[in-house]
Amino acid sequence: MTLARRRFDALIIGAGGAGLNAALQLANANLRVAVVSKVFPTRSHTVAAQGGVNAALANVFEDNWHWHMFDTVKGSDYLGDQDAIEFMCREAIPTVYELEHNGVPFSRLDNGRIYQRAFGGQSQNFGGAQAARTCAAADRTGHAILHTLYQQNIRARTHFFDEYFGVDLIRDEEGAILGALTLEIETGEPLLIEAKTTLLATGGCGQVFRTTSNAHINTGDGMAMALRAGVPLMDMEFFQFHPTGISGRGMLITEGVRGEGGYLINKDGERFMERYAPNAKDLASRDVVARAIVTEVKEGRGCGPNADHVLLKVDHLGEDIIAKRLPGIRESSKIFAGVDPAVEPIPVFPTAHYVMGGIPTDRLGHVVIPSSDGSEEVVPGLYAAGECACVSVHGANRLGGNSLLDILVFGRAAGQQIITHLKDNPDYRPMSDEIIDKAVARLSRWEQEGEGISVRELRDEFRKVMEDHAGVFRTDEIMSEGVEKVKAVREKLKDVRLGDQSKVFNTARIEALELENLVDIGMSIVLSALERKESRGAHSRPDYTERDDVNWLKHSVYFQEGDRLDYKPVQTKPLTVDTFPPKPRVY
Amino acid sequence: MIDAVQGSDIPPLGQLRWQCRRGMLELDYILVGFLDQHFTDLALDDQQLFVRMLDFEDQLLLDWVMGNVVPSDASIRRLVGLMQKELKTH
Repeated sequence: MTLARRRFDALIIGAGGAGLNAALQLANANLRVAVVSKVFPTRSHTVAAQGGVNAALANVFEDNWHWHMFDTVKGSDYLGDQDAIEFMCREAIPTVYELEHNGVPFSRLDNGRIYQRAFGGQSQNFGGAQAARTCAAADRTGHAILHTLYQQNIRARTHFFDEYFGVDLIRDEEGAILGALTLEIETGEPLLIEAKTTLLATGGCGQVFRTTSNAHINTGDGMAMALRAGVPLMDMEFFQFHPTGISGRGMLITEGVRGEGGYLINKDGERFMERYAPNAKDLASRDVVARAIVTEVKEGRGCGPNADHVLLKVDHLGEDIIAKRLPGIRESSKIFAGVDPAVEPIPVFPTAHYVMGGIPTDRLGHVVIPSSDGSEEVVPGLYAAGECACVSVHGANRLGGNSLLDILVFGRAAGQQIITHLKDNPDYRPMSDEIIDKAVARLSRWEQEGEGISVRELRDEFRKVMEDHAGVFRTDEIMSEGVEKVKAVREKLKDVRLGDQSKVFNTARIEALELENLVDIGMSIVLSALERKESRGAHSRPDYTERDDVNWLKHSVYFQEGDRLDYKPVQTKPLTVDTFPPKPRVY
Repeated sequence: MIDAVQGSDIPPLGQLRWQCRRGMLELDYILVGFLDQHFTDLALDDQQLFVRMLDFEDQLLLDWVMGNVVPSDASIRRLVGLMQKELKTH
């Protein structure tokens, strides 16, 4: 098969904050950099990040990076690697100033400095008074950062391949990554991009679950590409769920609604949180509320014709209060839930929001294959950054304001590391036809004709399996069943056929490739969750309710070949300061 | 699925459907839902207007549909009003 080919110094797959910040470093260094994105770059999911980016600038209250580091280690439930966390918290400060100089329109204090807001989990002096560490551009920080980085990349002459889909990495016999096979969505034609270095920056994978706040594009493409290239995924059992997503849709209903006096009821009209958290009730922590909602549904007290959600009641607050204190919620509920919350309650169910796990990397962005003795083998030519990667700075639980920080710091670090690497490695590695064939075969498979299961049918089945068996309610029995069901879905994938074999803008073909990616990742989540027999951070098990530092202060590492799990010790030694030893996580 | 609307410069529906994929889940539902349920019933002018709307930024599109910002262009204002009405009744 004759393939169209292009050559670049660096290939970046994904055009969110991580990919664009890396690309900007490279393009400014006069390297030839290609960014492949399946959607127009400013439609990447970074645009949806509202809150802001953490950096200890001390513009509002006294602050320093070491306090930020303490909060992040504690927030991670001590599963985060302390060397990477120190690096991130130190680098946060120059990273934010670089963004400012690039033109991000941060909100300002009266004295002209960058405005910083207080978020949960932020403290001064190692657990003391509330800190204000989150730099924001009004309530649209992600949008502001994404557009600024895109414009700067255009100025720096980054080459964009818009609406190209990354199919698979090209890997030689020695395990080095030589670029990727991509697919131009408009024409349906493949394009081979050879590169001296390749960076995966494809974002999260919330679409593995039926109910998610993630956009439809978040199908974990880079994670699955890594898996198929023999790279494991790390800590995939750690997935943050927000308790109140709109049922069947996934959009977030902010905790502020319950803060203003809204409360949850089951089909009997019972205010059920009083049973699960007698003191905090509806304001209990996210995992407690999420598990309570799922328990109500599981035990037959769910609402609606399918008894698959509970209700969030706010009508008792009155129209004036709703309009004044909860702007946006009324309109959002009308559009996405079809109810006016001033008149009737909002149907809600926990929604998958953020994955802490991902492709294992070191703090410079190299993709690594970890071993149980703590050593790491670098995958030559391959880098990863952003939500698709696991450095690990979030450990078992991510703090608000640290997700934008992660993508920006480690996108920048990966870009800078690639520049250094290319100075010493200026040549392309040889690429034989044989090693391209495997990636091409993945495309050819979807040319099989005949009767079969539809992509949509299997996708719906798979996402429901994940919600039921790897969501917020995790027992041995439920997850063991989940592993078998995901295996069954994986088998059924072979019987999926495309009804439409045309090439031009055949979105069904892209959705089929995305489904393969989702199923590959789904297995890593449910298997890693089944085997972690403790509760830590976002991974909460009713059958192992306590954190177990003796046996489980370690990272899970899932290999696709043989569905094998291994473990790697947590790096508890920071770069320059003393270790923060594990303590009960109390706020 | 990918046929262009006849007698117009409207892109193929497959292309439009892909361009309705955005960075925000809210817009995925709004735009794809409107495309699937109402687009082909629109007059040609409004179809062209919808295609033009897809070029706007995600945040602005969301602000329009959620009623946070009123479009200054009268024709876009009318189309956004139609989208809001249809979304709330389906």
